[in-house]
Amino acid sequence: MTSFPRFGVLGRFLFFLLPFGFPSAARAQENPYIVAYDHNLEEPGHLEIEYFSTFGTQRGGNDFHAFWAEFEYGATAWWTTEFYLDGQTTFHDSTVFTGVRWENRIRPLQREHLINPVLYVEYEHKSSADKILKEVEGHDVESDFLAPNAEARKEHSNEMELKLILSSTLKGWNFTENTLAAKNLSNAPWEFGYALGTSRPLALKASAQRCSFCRQNFIAGAEMYGGLGDRHSFGLHNTSHYLAPVLAWNLPSDWTLRLSAGFGLNDQSHRFLLRWGVSREITGFGSMVAHLFGGPR
Amino acid sequence: MRACVATLSATAMFLGVSLAFGEQEKGPRYKYQNDALVYAEIAKAPAKARAKSNPLEKDPDAIPAGRNLFEQHCSECHSDTGEGGKKGPSLRGPQVQNAAPGAIFWILTNGVVRRGMPVWSKLPEPQRWQLVSYIKSLGLAPTRPENPPSTTAKP
Repeated sequence: MTSFPRFGVLGRFLFFLLPFGFPSAARAQENPYIVAYDHNLEEPGHLEIEYFSTFGTQRGGNDFHAFWAEFEYGATAWWTTEFYLDGQTTFHDSTVFTGVRWENRIRPLQREHLINPVLYVEYEHKSSADKILKEVEGHDVESDFLAPNAEARKEHSNEMELKLILSSTLKGWNFTENTLAAKNLSNAPWEFGYALGTSRPLALKASAQRCSFCRQNFIAGAEMYGGLGDRHSFGLHNTSHYLAPVLAWNLPSDWTLRLSAGFGLNDQSHRFLLRWGVSREITGFGSMVAHLFGGPR
Repeated sequence: MRACVATLSATAMFLGVSLAFGEQEKGPRYKYQNDALVYAEIAKAPAKARAKSNPLEKDPDAIPAGRNLFEQHCSECHSDTGEGGKKGPSLRGPQVQNAAPGAIFWILTNGVVRRGMPVWSKLPEPQRWQLVSYIKSLGLAPTRPENPPSTTAKP
């Protein structure tokens, strides 16, 4: 059996620095969601590098700080692909690398509709020490996180995750509904989950001057997510649910900052999840790489 | 060790597949001679969409705000001057400049996804109208004569 390596302060520092140091960037107009997805895909040829952090409280155990880096690439105008690296620090325990994910989002309809579907397919190779809580599936509950890292990191799973994303934009508001079905590839039942989100920019018109604190740069909203049990026991019971106000700040200096304070809605949920993220979009990344290999710029 | 190999393989596969596919689609289709395919999409705008007038037409801030938005979201493909780049056609041709504002708004809202133009519905409606105002303000690009007269003086 393989085990993921531990990494220390230097590793975490380098992990955090990943998004920095790219010369060409675009001013983003990113949604504030951390768990839910809307129907907007990455622009073709752009690479968005993101770092996210989650601080979670843990009853009966040690609080934790989970983090992940995302590399989101717009392969075409209808297909976005993302690669994730996940890790976590459990206080008074250790820091471990917890897995990788490869997700793909495909927009089957070419035009904008009242409800816009996006198909999502993800492969995950993760250890049981994974705590990023990027989704809640099946009967995921707070007590699943009690095992010490030394023990949890030895168990791994390969998982396939499918989502149907239904998203609408109306009068500046975005409404999105994600339904999730996940399958551990080692003969476990299908598990289900959901995420709902709504958001709106604080101003709909752009201002004539560039500014950092203009209201249109801020997008506020809320997301709610949780499990729906599994194939044998479907429903909202014996699983966890969260409600989180979310805020994104799209800076003219090419960065997007996101903040979310999540509250557990039942006794099986973590009481509090504080999440934040920083991202930067690199324009023309595809052309830049193609040029490196002798293609046209 | 196996985890490292798996991670590196997955990364290489991720980059290879997405870049190869992305570049394949963006390849020759986006050369200037194929702009007609993109322009043809403007004609597909429904009559109801074409009939919409720009609610910000008389807003003095619409053009400068639209310019900011254009620089942020559009200039990479259509060039800073809107005269077209390697990925996007000129917005200063008669096909765009003579089009109804509502048709341009419809293209911004729906994109031309198969030709690489993303859907811009993530920009709120007023911002899309500000973009329309700016694109219309660019005006027609000066036409270049096919056989420019020689500038060399002959004795």
